[in-house]
Amino acid sequence: MAAVMTAPVGRAQSAYDEDVVRLFTLATVFWGIVGFLVGVVIAFQLAYPVLNLDLEWTSFGRLRPLHTSAVIFAFGGNALLGTSLYVVQRTCRTSLFGGPLLANFVFWGYQLFIVLAATGYVMGVTQSREYAEPEWYVDLWLTVVWVAYLVIFMGTLLKRKEPHIYVANWFYLAFIITIAMLHIVNNLAVPVTFFGIKSYSLFAGVQDALTQWWYGHNAVGFFLTAGFLGMMYYFVPKQANRPVYSYRLSIIHFWALIFLYIWAGPHHLHYTALPDWAQVLGMTFSIMLWMPSWGGMINGLMTLSGAWDKLRTDPVLRFLVVSVAFYGMSTFEGPLMSIRQVNALSHYTDWTIGHVHSGALGWVAFISFGAVYYLVPRLWQAQRLYSLRLVEWHFWIATLGIVLYITAMWVSGIMQGLMWRSYDSLGFLQYSFVETVAAMHPYYVIRAFGGVLFLSGALIMAYNLIRTMRREIRVEEEPGRIVAAPVPAPAE
Amino acid sequence: MNLIKHHGKIETRASVLAILILITVSIGGLVEIVPLFKIESTIEKVEGVRPYSPLEQVGRNIYIREGCYNCHSQMIRPFRDEAERYGHYSLAAESMYDHPFQWGSKRTGPDLARVGGKYSNDWHVAHMVDPRAVVPESIMPGYHFLLEREVGYGDIAEHLRTLGMVGVPYTEEMIESAAADLHDQAMPDADYDGLLARYPKAVVGDLDGQPDRVTEMDAVVAYLQILGRMVDFTDIRTEDILQ
Repeated sequence: MAAVMTAPVGRAQSAYDEDVVRLFTLATVFWGIVGFLVGVVIAFQLAYPVLNLDLEWTSFGRLRPLHTSAVIFAFGGNALLGTSLYVVQRTCRTSLFGGPLLANFVFWGYQLFIVLAATGYVMGVTQSREYAEPEWYVDLWLTVVWVAYLVIFMGTLLKRKEPHIYVANWFYLAFIITIAMLHIVNNLAVPVTFFGIKSYSLFAGVQDALTQWWYGHNAVGFFLTAGFLGMMYYFVPKQANRPVYSYRLSIIHFWALIFLYIWAGPHHLHYTALPDWAQVLGMTFSIMLWMPSWGGMINGLMTLSGAWDKLRTDPVLRFLVVSVAFYGMSTFEGPLMSIRQVNALSHYTDWTIGHVHSGALGWVAFISFGAVYYLVPRLWQAQRLYSLRLVEWHFWIATLGIVLYITAMWVSGIMQGLMWRSYDSLGFLQYSFVETVAAMHPYYVIRAFGGVLFLSGALIMAYNLIRTMRREIRVEEEPGRIVAAPVPAPAE
Repeated sequence: MNLIKHHGKIETRASVLAILILITVSIGGLVEIVPLFKIESTIEKVEGVRPYSPLEQVGRNIYIREGCYNCHSQMIRPFRDEAERYGHYSLAAESMYDHPFQWGSKRTGPDLARVGGKYSNDWHVAHMVDPRAVVPESIMPGYHFLLEREVGYGDIAEHLRTLGMVGVPYTEEMIESAAADLHDQAMPDADYDGLLARYPKAVVGDLDGQPDRVTEMDAVVAYLQILGRMVDFTDIRTEDILQ
């Protein structure tokens, strides 16, 4: 029996297409480390500008899009595509529509998109639209890949052997459809020549700004939220071995979330030249969005009813649950920052950066780590993860990194916002702009150190996963086991 | 129970689910974005906003290429401190020919919407070559390589023509003289009359301290020096620019 346990028996026999999920899982870990590393580099550049090297390829302006795209689209994207193709097969009890061929096209096509985009940024090829920087030819290529992805997903749903479509798939489907719509509209542009790289956006000024932030905020809403909620709805119940808390709540919060999110974009443009009516609409819907967001959080957390004790012994479940807690925190902070009067202070400052990272590191990355820790032993037919103690180390180092990161950015952001608007007793502006830049230095150092911790955690994860893929097991005590302490003897 | 019963009809039909999702996520964008193209008061009626000169447009493309928007906004909000630090709040009309817009989202460095005319050309060149030589506390990267690269826009007319296709009112005359205008704007002692008639307030002359050639530094300086200067705010009343 032991020989059977370690031999790759399941691979040939699985009724599901798992090769492509394995590829996506490897890509998730690889691009995650790349994205975190570039993040650490640019964080240090802000603290020590000499690190820009004064070379065009290594300046902050070119590397920052590399960081954001690497973590959102390469790390997050591979996690979403991989888990969605895993989940849709399991919950529909059928293999992928289009088979391994189409699935492989989507995998390699998506990696090509990432490489084209990333090399473009370093060479200075950009549309300057945040999170939609790739130029027109890369956008066209992504459209082709994305349509193939939609075909696989829809086709698999249509040939399912379960009468009902499981809730995780509603979220994945909303993510795929909405990202297609946002991507196409926001990237409408006219190339200068057919063989050239440069294009000019179809829209200008105020219309261009709102189109971009309609896209930008829903890259958050549908890429980084709806897609990852799909992940939550599969992996949290699985790892906790409990059913989803409320079916009714999942229906309500799904439709409310996707309806409300799409309106929230104008909160990125408060007090700008965007007409007030659009700003107020954006703010109103952003505040309403708090409710479906917390509906999702409650549904995720309450799934642990009766299984809370597992948090002590299962670090993988802890990643998943803490990610949902971070989701709740970020989606509380977001509506707060969308209030115009709060935004007047927070906009243009590091507060926004801190907010984004509490969501990106705490929610998106943590739930992806949890999903990857869940998937790797199953996909590589290992008995269990190589080491749960290393998962514990990863968890605490990464959590400490996030706490350092977001607290540093809260302090620096609020401080800089207040410095910009402070007056001296004679009614003059108290600080020159560059004095407020100099004041940021210690916080930029702390933030970079938080990033180093987060990256270190990911490296520990990669090591742990490689050992797991080789089906090695580290003999260790179960985490969280209570060792009976000796009862202190009475003094007398 | 009713909700669950009715939803059963949706979640057992993949195409119905997909279509309802598409409808649900389309509404917000349609309601918010489409009126911006239709409501006339969205863009204020002010004098002076003109298409960028060829050299300014090249400078703008370099500004985008280097990712300046990651750290510099071009959107002044209507607050007392911003008015005192940067000038009059930004109007929608001022970016109506900006494809794409460069409002930005973060001020790691100061807002640049009205940086034009605030500093000399020499200051800009020195600052971009070595920011800390001019502003010791600055954390901006250096861009000395802009001085070394000549602007190679043999296809500048094509760029203007493309911008014309997306709505920037470049005339045939502007497109025909694009290559010459690109060159002349950065040359000392050129004949600027035609150029300045086409592009009023453009900053002309030896912009980067290298009189014999047109470099990327010339282009960026030309762009920075026009920012915020097209509209003359001295005789504009608030009532005229309410959206």
